[in-house]
Amino acid sequence: MEKIFQKLSLASASLVFIILIGIFITLFSSSKLAIDEYGFDFITNPDWNKEVPIDIPAISNKSAKVSSSKGEIIDEDDDEATFPKDDVMFDEDDESATKTVFGGLVPIVGTLLTTLIALAFSLPIAMGIAVFLAEIAPKNVSNVVGMAIELLAAIPSIIFGMWGLYYFAPIVADLVGGYQVSLLTAGLVLGVMILPFMAAITRDSMNTTPAVLKESAYALGATKFEVIKDIIFPYSKVGIIGSIILALGRALGETMAVAFLIGSIFVLPSAINDPTISIPVAMANNFGESSGLGESALFYLALILFVISFGIISLAKFYFLKKAN
Amino acid sequence: MRLLINKIFLSLSVLSALIGLSFLAWILITLFIKGLGSFHFSLFLNDLINGGLRNLLVGQFILAGLASLIGIPLGMAAGIYIQEYGHGRFSSIIRDLSDIMMSAPSIVIGAFVYAVVVIPTGGTSGFAGAIALAIMMIPVVINTTDNMLSLVPRELREAGIALGASKYKVIIDIIIKAAKVGIMTGVLLAFARIIGETAPLLFTSETSNYFTLDLTESFPSLTVSIYDLANEPEESSRDLAWAASFILTVMVLAINLVGRFITRTKK
Repeated sequence: MEKIFQKLSLASASLVFIILIGIFITLFSSSKLAIDEYGFDFITNPDWNKEVPIDIPAISNKSAKVSSSKGEIIDEDDDEATFPKDDVMFDEDDESATKTVFGGLVPIVGTLLTTLIALAFSLPIAMGIAVFLAEIAPKNVSNVVGMAIELLAAIPSIIFGMWGLYYFAPIVADLVGGYQVSLLTAGLVLGVMILPFMAAITRDSMNTTPAVLKESAYALGATKFEVIKDIIFPYSKVGIIGSIILALGRALGETMAVAFLIGSIFVLPSAINDPTISIPVAMANNFGESSGLGESALFYLALILFVISFGIISLAKFYFLKKAN
Repeated sequence: MRLLINKIFLSLSVLSALIGLSFLAWILITLFIKGLGSFHFSLFLNDLINGGLRNLLVGQFILAGLASLIGIPLGMAAGIYIQEYGHGRFSSIIRDLSDIMMSAPSIVIGAFVYAVVVIPTGGTSGFAGAIALAIMMIPVVINTTDNMLSLVPRELREAGIALGASKYKVIIDIIIKAAKVGIMTGVLLAFARIIGETAPLLFTSETSNYFTLDLTESFPSLTVSIYDLANEPEESSRDLAWAASFILTVMVLAINLVGRFITRTKK
């Protein structure tokens, strides 16, 4: 019985390992098709689901010869850009061959930019809230406000998306101009979403500062601002950076809040209030309808997202937060 | 001058807290006004196909419930292993990996389950959705169990073993009992987290307009349907989405408050 219990718990613990490795292998093997086709060029290619002409010398030369020997006029125009398709297509009458290409640049850029905007927006406010909770508010106020902020964190992300689209974005668009669905509004709503998360861990880091240090500074006549700037901040710096990076990791992978607001078009944004798309949203909107190379390209995006967030979270957890403790 | 800077800084900090609170208030007020405006008790009696939410609510609870049935025992067992059996290296690796898994993008977990469950079984299903949610839940439960067990005093373990109880008896009868409240709270919060999830369900369970208990086909999900409804052009669909969001948020916040209340009274 003892043995069985121990084995079962060992098996459950190993499951974590197996699932993570499984995710990695699955994403990799499912994106194999796209990786083989595009390699690393995938990351820099801005075209998604676009028909481009290809030349396969052997075939086109041969058919060109055949047609010209018949004295027909060869129409080089490629007017089948509207055909939906997966692979290489040949049109017998038309000579031109096209294939659909999938490039990841737009969603990758969209993901990074929304995350940056979210961070720029929420960082100062989160720091302010953390200082308020840890140092300024009396204990009972801090408890109540802290709980309210944590409740904000508990609200499902889809609610942030709906609220953002119908109530927040129109105001932002009025103020800044441009589209209601854009990088900017998506980033800001994402910022509101990670705000409580960032504030809560930053507060916890600040709370680790020993009271003796703070009291000594106050005894020397330092103001609250000076204590925070010169004692608490340097002391908890590593932990705070860790919590910012953790919030960043969360923002990168957020799907629903962004899906409502980013506009979901595969176009590189030329301004901050242009619509575009992010990796999670590209997956959310296209997964069901894709197959073959398109589906594989989505898995490739998922793999990129997973690797980036894996790296960021490891950095936060194993470097900054470990060092902080 | 120093005092002025101090004043400005402190005011900015209070201002940040007010901004944070006003976002919460803004979202909740919006939900109340829009949600209550479209709320009606008949929503609980009709299925989505007839303009109600019954099948979606039942479906979401079944998905989250089934995920809990899978995730809680596995997560607890893993947490117990890390804290009670594991020694050194392996334990700390599992702990770290579980932390990483907790922050993994939920849509990626959806894609994983799509590849390993949906494709081989030939289509979206309630089972696939529950598995995706369970994967989201496991690391949270591991984390709670691990933390709560670490708070149980050593003496309790030693006392149990001194009485001649075998290790698993000590774990089940003494340690788990001592950490029960903390673990329950954590599990409750984990449940609140997964019941509001949308992304991992999009292409695993999908959703359905009809009432069904058959877990082998596309399964009604409240959150996925909110997403669909909110993007419909008709006003009536969006009103229904608001009513559903209102119900979902009230549920999630209520579970959270209960969880916090339990912890507080225990302290």
